[in-house]
Amino acid sequence: MSRAWILRCLFTMALAGWHTARANEPVVITIDRFQFAPDEITIEPGTTIEWINRDQTVHNIVSSQAKIASPGLDTADRFSFMFDHPGDFTYLCGLHPHMKGIIHVKERTS
Amino acid sequence: MSENISRRRALTCLGAWSGAAVVWGLVGGVPRAFGTAADRRAPNARFTFTQISDTHLGFNKEANPDVAGTLRRCIADVNSLPQQPAFIIHTGDITHLSKPEEFDLGTQLFGEFRAGRMHFVPGEHDALDRGLEGYFAGPGSGLEHRAWYSFDDHGVHFVGLSNVIDFKAGSMPALGTEQLQWLRNDLAGLSASTPIVVFAHIPLWTVYEPWGWGTADAGEVLKWLRRFGSVTVLNGHIHQVMQKVEGHVAFHSAMSTAYPQPAPGAADSPGPLKVPAGKLGELLGTRQINVVPGNRSLAMIDRPIQTEDRS
Repeated sequence: MSRAWILRCLFTMALAGWHTARANEPVVITIDRFQFAPDEITIEPGTTIEWINRDQTVHNIVSSQAKIASPGLDTADRFSFMFDHPGDFTYLCGLHPHMKGIIHVKERTS
Repeated sequence: MSENISRRRALTCLGAWSGAAVVWGLVGGVPRAFGTAADRRAPNARFTFTQISDTHLGFNKEANPDVAGTLRRCIADVNSLPQQPAFIIHTGDITHLSKPEEFDLGTQLFGEFRAGRMHFVPGEHDALDRGLEGYFAGPGSGLEHRAWYSFDDHGVHFVGLSNVIDFKAGSMPALGTEQLQWLRNDLAGLSASTPIVVFAHIPLWTVYEPWGWGTADAGEVLKWLRRFGSVTVLNGHIHQVMQKVEGHVAFHSAMSTAYPQPAPGAADSPGPLKVPAGKLGELLGTRQINVVPGNRSLAMIDRPIQTEDRS
């Protein structure tokens, strides 16, 4: 496997917003300055997302599509959820609904 | 008290009736009619009430590690007024995380008000995790699980609304159709000369949409309020004094007792604002509202915490 091929694969994954978690490690989305970062992400089924609140005030994670209703997350609090099935899942902060994100869950085809 | 008013950030809303004529007053420098002296629903006694807001009990970050302490200072300020308010209106966010111990602390501290009677509406921080369960079990226990309600006092019709439950992605929060229908019915039997005071947590006018500082269906509320000669709308949520006048409707947002927030759009987010030591008390406080019969003046005084010796 050539180095150029590996770089090309990584570049292609980055363009698609793919995030691959190592075994037993979640993909992290931070909440900072009233924004989810990243606010759009693509993962494989079975991946766990972990949100971490870096703000000085409380936020939560609400998604009717993914059936998520996290507790209020104070500063440095974390909330994890595993996405089992393919789909596009929008979510928001229930206290600050201008804060939005989307998670695409799909099988990798190549 | 009076010697301090000049240095306070005062919002003054003055109106007066005399004789049978419609009398004009000034609200935020804008003249407006309040009604007529022949109005038999006029308040029958001078009275004062106080607004406090956004106590955020449980918050402990650097913007104010002692929110119980600043609330106590506000309570002491109100208790020292020469004329005690008839009641206290709390415009929401009693707690920061809706925890039972935060509601319990609120119940305990609010008991220190000499005025005794309080009226509440919930903030979104009071509705975390278990909805309004903790709110109704705590300070809102007298409301019989009504998130919105009205009452009459001294000839003024007071309406408490809830705009912290109906959230949709990317949109400002809303009151919802059920509450709007209730409001329409509640106001239907009132004379247009009845003074109205509406209080809710989130502004019923769009202060800054990118931060969600407004209520999506507030236009419907205004539709039912426009026919009244004197409408005062009180809110919290944005932790700062602002006002707007639209016809006979005057909107006023209040300071928090816990921590300040930036002016709309003045920062990259509306998070708690850390200010230099000694400045915090200038940005926290309460509001005194006076309703005076006869000349029917309505005056609002925003009272920052007294800071000269204590911060």
